[in-house]
Amino acid sequence: MSTLSFGVSRGHVELLQFLRDRTAMIFTFAFPAMLLLLFGTIFSDSYDQPGVSAAHVFSASMIAYGILTTAFVTMGAGLALDREDGTLKRLHGTPITATSYVLGKLLLVAFLAVAEAIILVAVGALVFGMSLPDASHWLAFVWIFLLSVISSSLLGMAISVIVKHGRTAGAILNVPVVALQFISGVFIYPVIQLPSWLITIASFFPVKWSAQGFRYVFLPDGMRVNEAAGQWELGRIALILGAWCVIGLVLCLMTFRWTRPDQ
Amino acid sequence: MRDEAVEVRDIVVRYGDTTAVDGVSLTVPRGRVLALLGHNGAGKTSLLQVCEGFRRPDSGVATVLGLDPMGDHDALMPRLGIMLQSGGVYPWATAGEILRLFASFAATPLDVDMLLDRLGLRKFERTRWRRLSGGEQQRLSLAVALVGRPELVFLDEPTAGMDTEARHTTWRLIEELRADGVSVLLTTHLLDEAERLADEVVIMRSGVVAATGSPAELTAAAGIDLLEVRADPGLVPDGRLADLKVTETTPGEYAITGALDAAAISDVLGWFAGAGAQVTAVNTRRRTLEDVYLALTTEKVYR
Repeated sequence: MSTLSFGVSRGHVELLQFLRDRTAMIFTFAFPAMLLLLFGTIFSDSYDQPGVSAAHVFSASMIAYGILTTAFVTMGAGLALDREDGTLKRLHGTPITATSYVLGKLLLVAFLAVAEAIILVAVGALVFGMSLPDASHWLAFVWIFLLSVISSSLLGMAISVIVKHGRTAGAILNVPVVALQFISGVFIYPVIQLPSWLITIASFFPVKWSAQGFRYVFLPDGMRVNEAAGQWELGRIALILGAWCVIGLVLCLMTFRWTRPDQ
Repeated sequence: MRDEAVEVRDIVVRYGDTTAVDGVSLTVPRGRVLALLGHNGAGKTSLLQVCEGFRRPDSGVATVLGLDPMGDHDALMPRLGIMLQSGGVYPWATAGEILRLFASFAATPLDVDMLLDRLGLRKFERTRWRRLSGGEQQRLSLAVALVGRPELVFLDEPTAGMDTEARHTTWRLIEELRADGVSVLLTTHLLDEAERLADEVVIMRSGVVAATGSPAELTAAAGIDLLEVRADPGLVPDGRLADLKVTETTPGEYAITGALDAAAISDVLGWFAGAGAQVTAVNTRRRTLEDVYLALTTEKVYR
C-alpha cells in the first residue's frame, strides 16, 4: 500500500515539475505533432483503398513515435538526470523503494503518452480528416498502447545506465529512436520499399510492431496488404511487445542503480 | 537494545587508487551528538556515506541503530534523517511541495507548517527550489531530513552557506533534537559549531582519525599554553625556572610558556614572590579547539 501511495505522491510532484518546465513541455508535445503536420502535408501518396491518404497512415504510425519520445526518452533522460543531480540518492535516503520511485516516473510517462496520443489522433482527425475507429478497434488500441508504453519505459530505464551525463541523454537516446522510425514503417511506408534485411532487423524491435498495431486500429482493413507480411499479425504484435516488456523488466532489475558508479 | 546509534570499525573506503577513509573506527552513543571535523577531502563525507548505506566500505563494519546500512536498508531508512551536502531536489517544485512530499514518506511525520515556521521557510512555501538562495535550500534540506521524526540524523555540513541567524536557528534545533534523545552525526569544518554542539569530536585528517574526545578533553589534553604575569619590570629568572621559557614582552608583562602543570605554575608564582616582586595580574590561556585542530591538521600536511 505504501509503495503505491509513495509512488502516487512522487508522480504528483514529477508531473508538477514537468508542467512547470514549459520549454520541455512544449517541445515534448509539439515535436511529434509538428512532424505529423509536415509529413502529412508534404507526402501525398495514395493507396488502393479509397479515402486513405498518406496523412492518415502517418497519423496512426506516429503514435508509436509519440510513445517513444514520451516513454523511452522521458524515462531514459529522466533517470539519467535524477542519477546525476542526486535526486535518486536523496530518495534512496528515505523510506521510498525503487518500485515506488519507478511508479512515480511511470505515472508521469502514462500522462505524457496519453496526452501525446490524443494530440496526434486529434491532428489526424481534425486536420487530415482521418475517421475514428469502432469500439473493437479501440480495445485493440488500449492493449497495444499499454504494451508499447510499458516496454518503451522499461527499455528507457535500462538504457539510462549507459547515459553518463544528463546533458548527452537526448543525443544518445534519440539515436535508436530516429533509426527505428526509418526502418519500422513510421517515416517510410509501405515498409516493403526497404531492403528485406532491414525489415528483418526492424522486426526484432518493438517499434515496428507497435506502429503496425496502430495502423490496424486506425486504417481500413484492406490496408493490411501494405504490411511486410500482408497481414496485421495481431497475435505476433502482442507476443513481441509482451516479450520486450519482459526483457525490459529483466534488464531494469539487473542494471538499476541509485547512484552513478563514480559517486 | 544496543545503546550505540552508530558503530563503525576499521572502515576503509577507496576510490580507485585513492584511499578516502583508511581504517576509521568511531561510536555515536544514543542521544549524543558527534561532530566529524576535518578539511575538505579528509574523508568525512565518504565515511558518512557508508553509515547512510549509500556505499559499501572496501573493508570494515558499520552498524547503524543495530542494523547493517546496506543489507537492512529498507528497515533502517524510516528511522534515519539524512541531509546531503547538495542536490537531489526537484528544481521546479516549491519548498512546501518538496517538504510535503518527503513528509508523505514517513509514518508519523512532523507538522510541515510547524517545521516551515521553525526554519524560517514559511515565506518561501510557494517559492520554487531553483529560486531559493543557497542558505534557504540548505534549511529546506535540513527540514527534509527531520520531517520523518528520525531517531538518528546524519547532517553533512548542515550550516554551510547559511547566514549567522540561520546558523544559530539550526544550532538550537540540533540542541533540541539532542534533548529529545535523537542521535546526531554531523560533519563540519566550523570549529565553533563542533565546540557548541558536539558531545564528542572526531578530528579526521587524510582518511584517519587524528584525535577524538569531547571539546573540553581535546583542549584540556593540550594543557595550559601560556601563563601571563604582570609584576615589577626587569626581573631576570634564575635556574629554578629552567624548564620554562620566560619572556618579558613589554616592561612588567611576562609570558611564560612550557609544560605548565599545576606544580610549574606554583613554581612560577613562588619565584615571583621570592624575588620580592609585586604580582598585580595572573592570567592563563588554554588552547582553543581551533588551536588543537590547526596543530593536528596542519603540521602533518606539510611534513
